[in-house]
Amino acid sequence: MIRFTNVHMNYPGGNEALRNINLHIEQGAMVYITGRSGAGKSTLLRLIALIDRHTRGQIIINGQNLERVRNRRIPIFRRHIGFMFQDHRLLNDRTVFDNVALPLVIAGYRHQEIRKRVQAALDKVSLLQKVNSYPMALSGGEQQRVGVARAVVHRPAILLADEPTGNLDPALSLDTMKLFEQFNQVGVTVLIASHDLDMIRRMSKRIITLKAGRVLPLGGTPTES
Amino acid sequence: MKQVNRKKNTRPKKTFKSELKRRFDMWLLQHAQAFIFSLGQYIKYPVSNILTTAVIGISLALPASFYLLLDNVRYVSSSWDGSVQITLFLQTNVDEARAAEFANILSDSNNINETVLIKRADALAEYQKLSGFAEALNTLDENPLPNVVLVKPNLDSSNEAETETLIKELEAMPEVDSAQYDSRWLKRLLYLLDIVNRLIVILSTLLAIAVLLIIGNTIRLSIHNRRSEIEITKLFGGTDSFIQRPFLYSGLWYGVFGGIIAWLLITISMQMLHGPVKQLANLYASDFQLIGLGFGNSVILLACGIALGLLGSWIAVKRHLRSIEPV
Repeated sequence: MIRFTNVHMNYPGGNEALRNINLHIEQGAMVYITGRSGAGKSTLLRLIALIDRHTRGQIIINGQNLERVRNRRIPIFRRHIGFMFQDHRLLNDRTVFDNVALPLVIAGYRHQEIRKRVQAALDKVSLLQKVNSYPMALSGGEQQRVGVARAVVHRPAILLADEPTGNLDPALSLDTMKLFEQFNQVGVTVLIASHDLDMIRRMSKRIITLKAGRVLPLGGTPTES
Repeated sequence: MKQVNRKKNTRPKKTFKSELKRRFDMWLLQHAQAFIFSLGQYIKYPVSNILTTAVIGISLALPASFYLLLDNVRYVSSSWDGSVQITLFLQTNVDEARAAEFANILSDSNNINETVLIKRADALAEYQKLSGFAEALNTLDENPLPNVVLVKPNLDSSNEAETETLIKELEAMPEVDSAQYDSRWLKRLLYLLDIVNRLIVILSTLLAIAVLLIIGNTIRLSIHNRRSEIEITKLFGGTDSFIQRPFLYSGLWYGVFGGIIAWLLITISMQMLHGPVKQLANLYASDFQLIGLGFGNSVILLACGIALGLLGSWIAVKRHLRSIEPV
């Protein structure tokens, strides 16, 4: 599903974010990427989503060599990916419905289909009753769940989550992770960047640990965080 | 990919035609969404949008009303254009009987089609009636006006030299004090109108640029305000044309509403001018009426608004949208 071969990433200005990354993540896997701030977790996700392009090596996502994806085709490529962020990134001037519907509107679904899918997604995160609220009227945990609904409403093949539980208390974090697990069980490949080690260990999934732009062997069990 | 596989399994084999139709439907749907969304954005912030639109409306109304003014002047002057006429002011010592005889003699000339005598008494009476100086004229001891003979030459009016010769001949006659050739000042007026026309073209161009800048800047601001939305949309696979569509439609709305405001301004001004112009025309014994915008010109005005709106927003979108990438 996701294969990194000798991937390097240098940001302009000489900042070497990733060094010689070799990775293989199978379809339907659920993987945690951990490491300190600046270790390269976000960069790894950005490369997968083609937000940045790697400088050396080869990345293959679902049989597609990312070097061959032309800029013009990037939007189409991204429609198979769902995103989650630490700061939710919801649009505050749109209702919960409109926020969740965004990926479907972009892909050009019909209104009836959009309604059906948005309701299903909101039902999944138990927020169906908030469909007409605005994000500001929701609690932090609820906003995060709206973000989850938006990330999966278009049934992406890959779900990328960057510090999804950064602002949540442990109980809510665990709930969010359980949600991810449910999506993973229906076949979505899930990648979660997080430094919440306690929670990651509890989930007993594969862990990829980055340190200064390199992958630590055997997932490592970093004691520092 | 998983999604692709599912599609392949559940959907029957698509023909090229049905795929084309699906894409067209999607395209139409997304345009309708952008159309309505941009109108919603317009209504959402009424004060600032109405102010912007008013500026656009005034900028459109100015050159349009100047053109209209020019049209009216052209219309008035065109009724004089064909009739080249020489006005002979006779010496004051020539009395009415002598003047009538003189006019008769002239009308027999080969070069002259027709002469009309305006007797000094009639001229005074008419002047008193129309000028509003009746009181002042009454205090004069005698009629200050000379007899006047209007001469319509039997010449090709475009032949300046022949007309000039005729005028020289007429001026040389002892009864004639001076000869005035109407088409001289008519020509001057036409040249003047040409200059005014150029000025209006320059003014229109400047104001069109102003409208472009106003719309461009407004769209630039709204792109800036919706930066996070653009980023998210790009992350979830929104194409450039999908993202720019609502902004282009916003430009369209500014153009449409600006055009409507311009139309209203001009129509109201015309209504206000209608009465006074009619009174003035009556003074000149003319049934002239102001020419309004009419249907054709209204359509052109609106089309100009729309074109400027679209162009302005297009420039802003091209310049500012590309630079926003997801972070």
